[in-house]
Amino acid sequence: MGQQEIDARLTEIFRDIFDDDALTLRPEMTAADVPDWDSFNHINLIVATEAKFGVKFQTAEIESLKNVGHFEELIAKKLAAQGR
Amino acid sequence: MVESRAYLWPNSRVIQLSWLPAKPQHWSERLRGIASAPDASARWAECLALSRYRIDFLETAKLDREMQRLRERGLLQPEDSRPTLRLAVLASSTVQHLLAGLRIGALRHGIELLIHEGDYGQYRQELMDTRSSLHAFHPEAVLLALDSHHLAEGGSADSSLEILRACWQQIRGLGAVVIQQTLLPVHPRLMGSNEQALADSPAAVVESVNAALRREPHITLLAIDAAAASDGIAQWHDPVLWHRAKQEVHPRVSHIYGELAGRLFGALRGRSRKCLVLDLDNTLWGGVIGDDGLEGIHLGQGTAIGEAYVAFQRYAQRLARRGVILAVCSKNDENNATEPFNRHPEMVLKSADIACFVANWQDKASNLRTIAKRLNLGLDALVFADDNPFERNLICQELPEVAVPELPDDPSFYPQIIADAGYFEALAVTEEDRERGTQYQANLAREELRAGATDLEGYLRGLQMQLIVHRFDALGIPRIAQLINKTNQFNLTTRRYTQEEVRAIAADGSFIPLQFRLLDRFGDNGTIAVLIGRRVGDAVDIDIWLMSCRVLGREVEQACLNVMAAAAHAAGAARLTGQYRPTAKNAMVRDLYRRLGFTLLSDEAGTTHWELLLDRWQPVPVIMQLQDESLAAGTATGR
Repeated sequence: MGQQEIDARLTEIFRDIFDDDALTLRPEMTAADVPDWDSFNHINLIVATEAKFGVKFQTAEIESLKNVGHFEELIAKKLAAQGR
Repeated sequence: MVESRAYLWPNSRVIQLSWLPAKPQHWSERLRGIASAPDASARWAECLALSRYRIDFLETAKLDREMQRLRERGLLQPEDSRPTLRLAVLASSTVQHLLAGLRIGALRHGIELLIHEGDYGQYRQELMDTRSSLHAFHPEAVLLALDSHHLAEGGSADSSLEILRACWQQIRGLGAVVIQQTLLPVHPRLMGSNEQALADSPAAVVESVNAALRREPHITLLAIDAAAASDGIAQWHDPVLWHRAKQEVHPRVSHIYGELAGRLFGALRGRSRKCLVLDLDNTLWGGVIGDDGLEGIHLGQGTAIGEAYVAFQRYAQRLARRGVILAVCSKNDENNATEPFNRHPEMVLKSADIACFVANWQDKASNLRTIAKRLNLGLDALVFADDNPFERNLICQELPEVAVPELPDDPSFYPQIIADAGYFEALAVTEEDRERGTQYQANLAREELRAGATDLEGYLRGLQMQLIVHRFDALGIPRIAQLINKTNQFNLTTRRYTQEEVRAIAADGSFIPLQFRLLDRFGDNGTIAVLIGRRVGDAVDIDIWLMSCRVLGREVEQACLNVMAAAAHAAGAARLTGQYRPTAKNAMVRDLYRRLGFTLLSDEAGTTHWELLLDRWQPVPVIMQLQDESLAAGTATGR
């Protein structure tokens, strides 16, 4: 799956969870940049991403997430490992 | 595009509300459009419609969020006709992520849920402290959602149960119904298959507690352990999320959790479905009876497909035995349609199992209306099972009140999908539930007698009715509570009481709580009417008067009044008073008090108040035998 498609799908998920249809993702974006990105929605984000991409994050990976760009790289790596 | 390829979970299926129709393309647009609907009741109806699609946990949260916003803007005001339930959720770990699912689960069953969320892990203090916000909330039900780590680590099954029993007692003290969540089997085993050999292993404790909960009377279980057993515990619990957020139930199944609870709320409010309407061709047997003939249809031993239809019939018959009414709605010539019932040796269902049989060439929407009318049920009591997507769509559009499961292509899965849908959720089985199927049959026989009788009096005499009156007793209370919570049409005040409240009324000497049972030559109709009189000054006021519509037009209401008036008089009252409180469904009793000789006292926006002076009142003769056991208990005149 290409970077663009990952970005498009992840944008959908962010828009759903943060209820903002105008939201666009930037690689350097963090929780500080999005209103309502609290620990509760952070879990929702992880769970929704797991469900929609068919991947699973490890405890340590979730702990070490830095920003949106890093999150997308992690998704791409997991999809590649599944040959997708 | 994103939608179509979603949910590719490696090596497992994502649990869905699989019996509901797929979400329409414009679901999100409709969600945004709710606010522009003309009024609160139209907005509520649209929310209800949007909840009845196969939505996932994210869409469930979106719908819930939109509804919260509408409430804040004053666009979704409560209405009297909308049943509500005040629910307190007491937990030992995070449940915030389950609340949207609970509210939407309740919505799907027509109930507006008002939630009080207890403080994290403070449930015992909140229950004990009478000044707590929990007490101030006045919950009607309390969901005790305690996690397995909390209850199964470092204790025995007995000590856990001791904690739970103490909680139940306090919850009942609040006048609320106990809903106890079963424990999720999240603990890895220490022994293996024979875990029970190590009684204090957490996995063994979970099993023992769950087994003990199932033997406990008077509590309602939310059996998430059973759901996890069928879906796989990995669907329901993820240790990563437990460590990170103390979420025992996975957010991914939060909508399923809410749906399971929503059914219980529906059952508590008497909103479970009552009747399964079955199509025939390719639903009860394979093939088309009109084309293939008796020998050509697939049914019974010999072929796998024939056995699958037998299994489905057997499931339907078991439902009937526990009180679900069966009906048939088929596009067929009636002679063809009935032939397998009468002549096919492999048919499990017999004519006697079907309370109402409709086979003709009219559209199925009209026929479902006919069935509801003939059985005296609302359309919202029906479930319509049909293999044909065209018929299903038609009913979904024409009669949105009717539940229409998405039957899969393979009949082998018909029983499971009906079970998964939970249409007939029940909290307890009363003897009368078991009898109900036959009662409806007998009712149709009575109808035939009526058609044959030339005058009403002759017909009523022919019925040889016998009405038996008792005060409320322990045996009758489950059925009485059921009637109080589900009777909509013949119901003067539509007041709803929980089983606990009914029990309290039964024990209170200032009430005259009467239950009526009707027998006739076709059988026992069971408890068919409930009246609660309440001493107020010089009067006895009728707090509740309801009757099953099955016995309409048989002078039972007059007979009930005769009994209540006599009891009130004997208790020293000078007057019998009553009210009619209008709802969307009870117009049939608007003039009941006038017809029975009461005088109108006042009319406030349709709510009317009536009185009957008792000093010179004489009972009106009725054509039935009365057996009054209400004085036997001795407390009816105890004041």
